[in-house]
Amino acid sequence: MKKNRFAQAVVAFLPSFFAILAGFLLGFVILLAVNPNQAIQGIGIILKGGLNKGMSGMGQVLYFATPIIMTGLAVGFAFKTGLFNIGASGQFTMGAFAAIYVGVVMKSLPPAIHWLVAILASMIAGAIWGFLPGLLKATRNVNEVITSIMMNYIGMSAVNMMVRATIYNKLKNESLPVASAANIPKWGLQEIFPYPSMNGGILIAVLCVMIVYIVLEKTTFGYELKACGYNRDAGLYAGIQAKRNMIYSMMISGALAGIGGGLLYLSGSGKYMKVIDVIATEGFDGISVALLGLSHPIGVLFAGVFIAYIKVGGFNLQLLNYDQEVINIITAAIIYFSAFALLFKTKIQSIITRNAIQKNEASDQKLEEATMESEERPMKEGDSQ
Amino acid sequence: MDCIIEMMNITKTFPGIIANDNITLQLRKGEIHALLGENGAGKSTLMSVLFGLYQPDHGKILISGKEVKIRNPNDANRYGIGMVHQHFKLIHNFTVLENIVLGVESTRRGFLEMKDARDKVMELSGRYHLKIDPDALISDITVGMQQRVEILKMLYRQNEILIFDEPTAVLTPQEIHELMKIMRELVEEGKSILFITHKLNEIKEVANRCTILRKGKKVATVSVQDTSKEEMSRLMVGRTVNFNIEKPEMTLGQEVLRVENLVVKSIHPGKNDVDDVTFSVREGEIVCIAGIDGNGQSPLIYALTGLLPVDSGRIVIMEQEATKMPTKKRYQLGMAHIPEDRHKHGLVLDYRLDENLILQNYDHEPFSAKGFLQFESIHQYADKLIHQYDIRSALGGETPARSMSGGNQQKAILAREIDRNPELLIAVQPTRGLDVGAIEYIHQQLVAQRNEGKAVLLVSLELDEVMDISDRIIVIYEGRLVANLNPAELSIEELGLYMSGSKVGVGYEKK
Repeated sequence: MKKNRFAQAVVAFLPSFFAILAGFLLGFVILLAVNPNQAIQGIGIILKGGLNKGMSGMGQVLYFATPIIMTGLAVGFAFKTGLFNIGASGQFTMGAFAAIYVGVVMKSLPPAIHWLVAILASMIAGAIWGFLPGLLKATRNVNEVITSIMMNYIGMSAVNMMVRATIYNKLKNESLPVASAANIPKWGLQEIFPYPSMNGGILIAVLCVMIVYIVLEKTTFGYELKACGYNRDAGLYAGIQAKRNMIYSMMISGALAGIGGGLLYLSGSGKYMKVIDVIATEGFDGISVALLGLSHPIGVLFAGVFIAYIKVGGFNLQLLNYDQEVINIITAAIIYFSAFALLFKTKIQSIITRNAIQKNEASDQKLEEATMESEERPMKEGDSQ
Repeated sequence: MDCIIEMMNITKTFPGIIANDNITLQLRKGEIHALLGENGAGKSTLMSVLFGLYQPDHGKILISGKEVKIRNPNDANRYGIGMVHQHFKLIHNFTVLENIVLGVESTRRGFLEMKDARDKVMELSGRYHLKIDPDALISDITVGMQQRVEILKMLYRQNEILIFDEPTAVLTPQEIHELMKIMRELVEEGKSILFITHKLNEIKEVANRCTILRKGKKVATVSVQDTSKEEMSRLMVGRTVNFNIEKPEMTLGQEVLRVENLVVKSIHPGKNDVDDVTFSVREGEIVCIAGIDGNGQSPLIYALTGLLPVDSGRIVIMEQEATKMPTKKRYQLGMAHIPEDRHKHGLVLDYRLDENLILQNYDHEPFSAKGFLQFESIHQYADKLIHQYDIRSALGGETPARSMSGGNQQKAILAREIDRNPELLIAVQPTRGLDVGAIEYIHQQLVAQRNEGKAVLLVSLELDEVMDISDRIIVIYEGRLVANLNPAELSIEELGLYMSGSKVGVGYEKK
């Protein structure tokens, strides 16, 4: 039984693995095309990723991973419940703003809970930004993809406006620094990972992963959400309030993305909110993280770390004679290919079934006996009635 | 005698099943050859092999004595093989004529040339007495006419070998009679017919010979004239089937379901899918809603179960006003629902069997405590139902519902619904697509519910089923009830007249 579970886990992981492999191959081709002399060295640097600089590098990976694990979790959670939340960027941005606002303005809060209140604020802001598309979908059947994309733009512009109106640093065209108590505690992590921006955010992200996993797999609420996600008609048939659940689902998804925003801007890394017209890329990274992790919370955790690892590798590629743009293209290509995980999944399944057929042919005889047996059983039942 | 098709020693396996095991089938020129077998006996697979949809693992196909390879339906068509599928392959917003010529249109400089096609179609229609209106849209014509369009499609392509896959399932008795006549005429004109069915009466009526399959193997090829129905039935099932269901007299109890002047509007303005329907179901009776497919049965059931809002009228379940009650509340009142479409409504295919068995009860004790699923009790409950209702699957409760066979999926739904001990069991086509053994079992279960004093509302398209197990038949035609009948005083032909709207019961005349 245990062996079986392990085999299942391996089979579940295989598609992502092949997707990653294909991505690296493409990345290598690009490196070859741009600068053949350093291509092998270059792909080596990418492969080594965060390990180039030892534990400090891994710290950097975890720092990069934290927000995209959260947005990945947001997208994956919504997907498991049958919704495409493309609005993680907007929810992320709203969450970030709420967290910074609390961090800058509410300095009278006791230092011990200042950061916690700020994170809660980011959660609520994200939830609100998820609630609106959810409400429209549930009551008016408006496609959540379109509304959540539009909410990305609204969120971006609204946050720019609000930053300028409330917590604006005119000189630098960005948000004011938050109180130091609003930064997430480091919980000694910087001792293990000596990276300057290392903080406890990754632990909060892991906690969220665990909570999402438990909600989806162990609770009746998760059972309802997934039932509607897999088969909405069956959900309705079962008497589940699919519409209400849709709204909840989008709110939870938004809350997760919002926390991601809070975790990034309260990391104490000197990161401020710039007033620029660019949609937060973390939201879109979240989509690829969710795809690569096949929407499973644990899968999302590893996918987030992996993508951060590649990004750090790309960062280090600057040592060689590659332009920043090329680096971006390569990391994007690898991440892009990760979306093929689903394609590989179906391929692998078809190979497995084909093997099963061959096995079956070998055990024709057994099967026949089994069918003979099954032929006789209902007969007894009929007689006894 | 000349054989036009010979399928020699065909073997085809799928994961877990040998669908066809060394089957030999010989179709003589100019005969109607019936292919008889239960669901899952391998009829469809064999025909799909002949039609080029599957490649056999072993065996060969000979057409007029020459070995051929049929790689796809186009190949089959080239060899003159045509098929009327059980579910018609017609484009609903195309006209009859357009559907017939689809794929073999004649064109001139890239423009359609319909004149010749029309003449040819009308000539064929006249010759074989296949009445059609070439300019009507498919969506506007009856199922019987749609079937004639399918037949004309084959004739237009000059197919010599015609395969009919369960062609009578959707027809009224009168339409069935007409189809039989057409089939005989086709054979007289020199065509050869393969007729797939599990209805013995029809085989007796038209077929010359009959090949019987059971569990993927050929049991026998018999001459229909010399073989009794009982004998064929025994060959098909492998044992004597008891079609007689014990039904003791019941005294009717309280009214469990009452429907008053129910109206559900159609998406087409000005039409009602359910039109002023009034009836009731009492404890201890099986009431059957009979009717041809698509006459408002589905919207009526959706309205009763809370899946579709009611426009006017009332629904009363267990003496409680339920017109606007959410589905979950209706379940709590004692309603159970075996849905028409087990994949759409009945199961979450991506859930495991045990998770599907608690689809309505997931939030009750003992399956849930403080918002958490109690997997221990869920597994135990699943094991109990699997054992009690003989649900077969590869991994027991952990089997993904998707990988189970149709019959066992249906058994799982039946088990779930009956085990909730309902006061009112609504069963919509509960035996659709199941084999004789499973049908027998499900009928027994439904009657057992009735005998326990429960109310059963059955929706069925199978006339035999309607006649055999119901205590009372209400007939629905174009969304209206047209009769309330006692099966004991009714012939199948008469029921057919009500179903096709040719006859209306006393008190049901249209105002």
